[in-house]
Amino acid sequence: MSILFDLFLTFARVGVCTFGGGYAMLPILQRELVENKKWATEEELADYYAVGQCTPGIIAVNTSTFVGRSQGGIAGGVIATLGLVFPPLVIIMVIAAFLQNFMHLQWVIHAFNGVRAGVVALIASSVIKLLKNAVIDWPTRIIYAAVLVLAAAGTFCAMPEGTLGAVLGFILSPVFLVIAAGAAGLCVRRAKGGLK
Amino acid sequence: MELVETLVRLFFEFCRVGLFSVGGGLATIPFLTDLGERTKWFDPGDLANMIAISESTPGPMGVNMATYVGFHTAGVAGGIVATLGLVSSSIVIILIIAGFLEKFRQSKAVDAVFYGLRAASVALITAALLQVAKIALLRPAQGLESAFTLYPNWIAIALAAVIFVLAKFTPLKKLHPICFIGLAAAAGIILQM
Repeated sequence: MSILFDLFLTFARVGVCTFGGGYAMLPILQRELVENKKWATEEELADYYAVGQCTPGIIAVNTSTFVGRSQGGIAGGVIATLGLVFPPLVIIMVIAAFLQNFMHLQWVIHAFNGVRAGVVALIASSVIKLLKNAVIDWPTRIIYAAVLVLAAAGTFCAMPEGTLGAVLGFILSPVFLVIAAGAAGLCVRRAKGGLK
Repeated sequence: MELVETLVRLFFEFCRVGLFSVGGGLATIPFLTDLGERTKWFDPGDLANMIAISESTPGPMGVNMATYVGFHTAGVAGGIVATLGLVSSSIVIILIIAGFLEKFRQSKAVDAVFYGLRAASVALITAALLQVAKIALLRPAQGLESAFTLYPNWIAIALAAVIFVLAKFTPLKKLHPICFIGLAAAAGIILQM
């Protein structure tokens, strides 16, 4: 089977199995890409998410373009992304055309409350796998803890109005945190003499 | 002719959404609110419905939202064009970055940057997990006086714990994650969550 066809089918499967945002896609990607296809390692998946989180565009699309590019060049990047969006495209249009009101059905609401709880469990299990590969020594433990606290503060705390709020908002944004962590990694390796 | 104009506009509007929203599908919401106000393609009530349906159907939320808004505005062609618009800017940017990284993959400096960046990436995913957990495992108190208080939803917490243990520590962990999602949906219906 040609790699492009394989990329399309694999990412279409990821698209069908994802409920929620790009983070909900993580358990599916670990299964399909790392375990089944061996297209990426856990470390590489964390790298793709790092870049995907701090570059323009939604994470799910960014990550699939990245993986597709690594397996099948530019065409691979495009095909993987089209594979990812193809099933939701069809499903959403069918739903929008015929089932406008299904969100009001009581059993559908129950089902999705269950799915939400299940997705939390699956993402938690994915995070543990990634932790083992990404947080490996004291410097990375410190970076992990610092970024987690700052990102959670940015998510859960109300920002003050005005310039201060804008500055704080920028410092707590994923873009800034990821860049700062990259710089910290560079400094740590340099201090240890790992860089010439 | 009017349809073609709308389609071209949809493509470029969603290119913009893709270009400026950094992060998950939730990051597109402020841009879609703005889009609705400017174009009158949909009102805030429509948007709330779109978010609910996008969250609860297969596919990444951001993609679902683009398809939904496009379809709502200009039918099947609109859905396709809006989705392609959303992904096209990402594809171009990521292909450029990926090419650049491949060139410098052997560099020890790039390796050192990723050493730090990877830990931050997992931390951001953990923060997102907390956000999702807050929505899925807590519920607002009934009654107006305590509208901002959240209570643990014990049934949801128990279900999440059971699925976590099944997916992590039992032989069932070999099952595809979608099986656990199906199980969670069934449990939600049976337990009237």
